[in-house]
Amino acid sequence: MFNKQRSNRKKFKKVSPMKKQDYLWAYCFIAPCFLGLFIFNIGPIFYTIYLAFTEYGSFGQKTWTGLDNFLRLFQDPNVLIALKNTIIFTGIAVPVSIFLSTIVAVLLNQKIRGVTIYRTLYFLPVITMPVAIGMVWRWLYNGDYGLINYSLGLIGIDGPYWLVDSNIALYSVIIVAIWAAIGYNMIIILAGLQNISPTYYEAAEIDGAGPLAKFFNITIPLITPTLFFVTVISIISTLQTFELIYMMVGINSPVTTSSQTLVFLFYREAFINHDLSYGAAISIMLFLIILLVTIFQLKYQKKWVHYG
Amino acid sequence: MKKLCFLFAGVLLLVAGCSQESEETSGSESTNEDVTLSYMVWDLDQMPALEQIIEEFNTEFPHISIELENTPFSQYWDSLEIAGTGQSLPDVFWMNGPNVKLFAENDMLLPISERVEEDSYDLSPYPEALLELYNVNENQYAIPKDYDTIGLWYNKELFDETSIDYPDESWDWDSLIAAAQKLTNVDEGVYGIAAHLNSQSGFYNTIYQAGGYVIDTENNTAGHNTNEGIEGIKFWVDLIHKYEVSPSIQQMTDNPPTSMFESGNVAMFVSGSWFAPVFATNEYTKDRVDVAQLPSGKEKSTIIHGLGNVISSHTEHPDEAWEFLKFLGSERAAEIQAESGTVIPAYEGIETKWVESLPNFNAQAFIDQLDYAEPLPNSLQTRTWQQIELDYLNKAWTGEVEVEELVDEMVNEIEEILANE
Repeated sequence: MFNKQRSNRKKFKKVSPMKKQDYLWAYCFIAPCFLGLFIFNIGPIFYTIYLAFTEYGSFGQKTWTGLDNFLRLFQDPNVLIALKNTIIFTGIAVPVSIFLSTIVAVLLNQKIRGVTIYRTLYFLPVITMPVAIGMVWRWLYNGDYGLINYSLGLIGIDGPYWLVDSNIALYSVIIVAIWAAIGYNMIIILAGLQNISPTYYEAAEIDGAGPLAKFFNITIPLITPTLFFVTVISIISTLQTFELIYMMVGINSPVTTSSQTLVFLFYREAFINHDLSYGAAISIMLFLIILLVTIFQLKYQKKWVHYG
Repeated sequence: MKKLCFLFAGVLLLVAGCSQESEETSGSESTNEDVTLSYMVWDLDQMPALEQIIEEFNTEFPHISIELENTPFSQYWDSLEIAGTGQSLPDVFWMNGPNVKLFAENDMLLPISERVEEDSYDLSPYPEALLELYNVNENQYAIPKDYDTIGLWYNKELFDETSIDYPDESWDWDSLIAAAQKLTNVDEGVYGIAAHLNSQSGFYNTIYQAGGYVIDTENNTAGHNTNEGIEGIKFWVDLIHKYEVSPSIQQMTDNPPTSMFESGNVAMFVSGSWFAPVFATNEYTKDRVDVAQLPSGKEKSTIIHGLGNVISSHTEHPDEAWEFLKFLGSERAAEIQAESGTVIPAYEGIETKWVESLPNFNAQAFIDQLDYAEPLPNSLQTRTWQQIELDYLNKAWTGEVEVEELVDEMVNEIEEILANE
């Protein structure tokens, strides 16, 4: 037996019994982690796909219905509203938050006194629970007693019901989403900025470049890989917006229907109406949208991303 | 090292196997063996009373120990549905009207009709409407535990300031509107009434008062678009848009009507008896507010709803669970609950103890309405069509769409759900 193994050694690169045992150990060690991953992440993905092709009854009864749930998606006016809101949300929140976080990152990259305090302050929303953020902003936005309308009242403006007016509720939430996203994006962009070698700036200065020229010709091109990463990650997370809307608009507000996003619609169908199958179909649709957007971004990054 | 590895794999297998084994080896059926029953509820406020009931139950049945488990209401039904899917429901648990058909028709509950007959257990002390609520396809599933009706809460201080008589049983819709108009003072931030969008403490009551109905599960119809239904719904919308005596729905979404009532911004608030212990302990409300019967429309009506204790069909100890269920429904258990002031016990005659526990209020008003109370409408998919009601009626409450214009479409959707049940 051993002889045979030895003769095979050349083909399979040497796997000594010692090594083999090492491998076994390695597998043992990753087994718990893999099991967890499979039970809680990978398994549910396939289960969701399966669910989307069934009709989910009470207490786990399922009947196979083929594409019915997907056909329903195309006729459901709520899907259209949610899709539109998700696009508006992403279309505004992502560019604005990246723009603002780039400015903040550049400002916080200066050698000024107390810069770490500012960095901490800007980063605070990221380590705060979204639920807490939603709660506090709800108070601020309160139409009768909120701080925002109180301040507006001091200068004679009668503020709206920020979260209960179907024309502006979605935008009120977008503002908070932008505010909450700046810290995270800023940290990553800041890291990108600090990777730029000062020699480039020194060379540009010798050539007589001013601060703006340096910013647009050195800083921006050199942080495009970082910006690219931030854009991809922001779009993925913004397309999945849920907690802020859930916390600030809520399930039974008069503007719930008009300001729901896809994940919110998924939540309502799956966990309020107990239609898990239709919820699964919605989440698969969202998955495909995210997949397409991300593929598109990866393909077209050549046009604007410079890898030093 | 290899050995250790096998050991590890062995442990894994053992863990996986354990859960199966425990299911197979159980199922003993002798009477005086030590038995543990699980009992799931959702109200933390009632725990002390329930613990006392269990204690007294144990003096009579020392061999049956009860594991009392509280799950918050927001997760209660989801946990039960998952437990039901896995055949591992608690032995005894609380049931409510909107869910009883769903659980009963999916064979999750143990019917108790036969046991009631065998033991000649007396069901007459419980309100008819509640027994009916828990009777599905001619089978009784629950012994009623408590009940609630809806009343008209009002702020005495605000009534005194505008020198209007307090509401009483002679009030009708017009008296309510007239009073609300006098009480409303928008500059001061005071409204006559909170016309909240609420089914059980709102438009269901007025639909019945107008002589209409909500749903009819025999013919699979919904009554929102009948003249009476529209009248009952419009009553609330008019309070906001026609008479302007209520805060707008925008205001009530930002500031819940309860808080507006508890801060004196709203003079009248239609809600259930479950607010009695809440208002009795609130510094502002305990001496300032009181309660009266709901004003009558064409007729008098209020929604009655109440919880029942049910036994799971998966229980391994149905006999012991039945003993416990009987004790939970007993006069003594009702007394303990009444004295805690939390809920009106369903056992006839014991309500007075609940009324006595709330000396600040005319709590008797809730009980006086029992004669003409209508059970909370329910069907198999109650939660689903109630969501549809809310989605549509929100548009009427904001004033975007007239009630008449949206009820037909709403009723179509509800009837479709009823027909598919």
